[in-house]
Amino acid sequence: MSTTTTVSNPTDLEGKLNLYRSQLALRLFEQRAYDLFLENLVKGTSHLSLGQEAIAAGFAAAMRPTDWTFATYRGHAHTLARGVPMTPVLAELLGRSNGLMAGKGGSMHLTSVEHGVMGSYAIIGAHLPIACGAAWSAQYRGTEQVAVCFFGDGSVNIGAFHEALNFAAIWKLPVIFVCENNLWMEYTRTSEVTAVANPAADRASAYGLESIIVDGNDADAVYEIAAAAIARAREGGGPSLIEAKTYRHGGHSRADPGKYRPDSEVAEWLAKDPIPRYRARLLEKGASEEQLREIEELVAADVELATEEAKAGGVPGEDLLMKDVWADGGSSWRN
Amino acid sequence: MAQLTFREAIARGIAQEMRRDESIVFLGEDIGAAGGVFKGTVGLLEEFGGVRVRDTPISEQAILGAAMGAAMTGLKPIAEIMFADFFAVCWDIVVNEIAKSRYMTNGQMTFPLVIRSGNGGGLRFGAQHSQSVENWAMMVPGLKVVVPSNAVDVIGLMAAAIRDPDPVIFLEAKVLYASKMDVPEGEIVDTLGSAKVLRQGSDATLVALGAMVPKAIAAADELAEMGIDCTIVDVRSLVPLDTKTLLREITATGRLFTVEENPRLCGWGGELASIVSEEIFYDLDGPIVRITTPHIPLPAADALEDLAIPSIERIVTTVSKSMNS
Ligand SMILES: Cc1ncc(C[n+]2csc(CCOP(=O)(O)OP(=O)(O)O)c2C)c(N)n1
Ligand SMILES: [Mg+2]
Repeated sequence: MSTTTTVSNPTDLEGKLNLYRSQLALRLFEQRAYDLFLENLVKGTSHLSLGQEAIAAGFAAAMRPTDWTFATYRGHAHTLARGVPMTPVLAELLGRSNGLMAGKGGSMHLTSVEHGVMGSYAIIGAHLPIACGAAWSAQYRGTEQVAVCFFGDGSVNIGAFHEALNFAAIWKLPVIFVCENNLWMEYTRTSEVTAVANPAADRASAYGLESIIVDGNDADAVYEIAAAAIARAREGGGPSLIEAKTYRHGGHSRADPGKYRPDSEVAEWLAKDPIPRYRARLLEKGASEEQLREIEELVAADVELATEEAKAGGVPGEDLLMKDVWADGGSSWRN
Repeated sequence: MAQLTFREAIARGIAQEMRRDESIVFLGEDIGAAGGVFKGTVGLLEEFGGVRVRDTPISEQAILGAAMGAAMTGLKPIAEIMFADFFAVCWDIVVNEIAKSRYMTNGQMTFPLVIRSGNGGGLRFGAQHSQSVENWAMMVPGLKVVVPSNAVDVIGLMAAAIRDPDPVIFLEAKVLYASKMDVPEGEIVDTLGSAKVLRQGSDATLVALGAMVPKAIAAADELAEMGIDCTIVDVRSLVPLDTKTLLREITATGRLFTVEENPRLCGWGGELASIVSEEIFYDLDGPIVRITTPHIPLPAADALEDLAIPSIERIVTTVSKSMNS
């Protein structure tokens, strides 16, 4: 089984090396997923987080194992960052029986309750109210768990966003809403269809929340903001709305080359690639080139192993088809 | 034995369960301090407090999303959608999220929750506050659908719905809220997926749901005077569907009449008719006849609404005509 990508507290060098490893794992995994899509082994669709790894890794580092992640269809990175091994995630993309949900969910619905990954949701905005519900349950039971809910910049113009923000604010729920602002919806620039310049942050005041913007391509900055918001929520201080500025390196989904974006914009953001940036910082902070290469080799080997294991997975059997509509494991609607 | 209204039975059913299980919480618009717009939840806030009985903003997606998130993390929420027509503004949460997530996650999650809602017409509220939406819910894989027709069933089926580990849509016929009946003291717990035979006859079987049940009973009295002896089955639960009882009772008389408040197309009676024709076709002595609201939005004026929703008179004429032809 391939290794997992959870990280420890990244305030010291060891923690930062871990955070580098985590980001790199997300990067290499997504590159592999893309290759497998081009080979027609990943069927249907998939949405990659290439370029946005610092957000998933930075938040995951700040969360306790008992905290909850709610992700969108662009959820591979968030799932892996919580410690779900690569093999079942990749196998799920391939529709294999050793997939995370045995092939029943697919790329857009990665879920691993045992790791606190409470689902990846493919209807824009829907999971914000659901994250409120988990947070409500934590508040009611006094468990100090926090729900962290990730979504895109295009998701701030749907009703569920506004219902959830107000709801979380009035009930002071331990939930963190994280807008990954990659500037684009599918093929439309979000600023062309949004009334305010910062799609999430400029809405915060409407719900009595602080306006928070963070460099989403800097894992340390993300970690710090995340740790503060999570601590606040855990202590009963209520929700936060965080806008993380970032960019997706590739297209929206599948094999979309993203040609609708100006070359200069892509180049500008590639220069801010979170991973080489973090690597340079580590060298500055005293990590050795050798240490980093070792991490890079380990992660690459993990991806190779996961690819082999995922490809070796069986085809899900017909026995799964009628299973688990109901809690009794079946799907019967009549006697 | 005390007389209880249908609306009082709602609060009694919820209270019975909330006393038993701390993980049950209740949320919705105006359900707490106001006791519900139909006064169906009077006394719950006073007994269980504001932490367990919570008034919400007018945010149907947030209400049902919160119920779902709470259910997947160990609570057993009851959520109210004030009028069933309002399901249209939060249907995504019901259909795409609550109903599909257990299957999609290969059984990693369960959703022990109840969504109760005031359903159907008869109160002259017009088209946006009167539709009977049981057929919307019935067609969604992953939802159980319960529709009680009297106060005792309200309590017992509410308890069964809350105890069930799956999402249950619990539809309360608004026109029945004021109806009264004797209700025994003590705990009442029923079972989902069990139809009830309310009257046994030899000539025709009338299958009815919710507010159509008392009308079918009244129609059967008149039909009896005309020499047509009817069986009445109260379906009570569309999913799971008690086909055993239904098929047995339809076979016994050889005739099926459905009495449905939902608009005609894709109403629950259509599904029942299909099951009957596949499985007991040769036991039938005549055509299956569906008595439904026509395929129209409901009008507001009492004179028009009464024409739209199946009436006792329409049931009597339809059945007698068909039986005598
Ligand atoms: C309710 C709804 N409308 C439309 C879509 C189709 N859709 C899928 S992703 C997407 C763009 C979302 O953009 P954003 O929120 O910025 O997220 P990103 O993909 O950039 O991560 C759209 C329109 C959908 N899935 N759900
Ligand atoms: Mg976007």
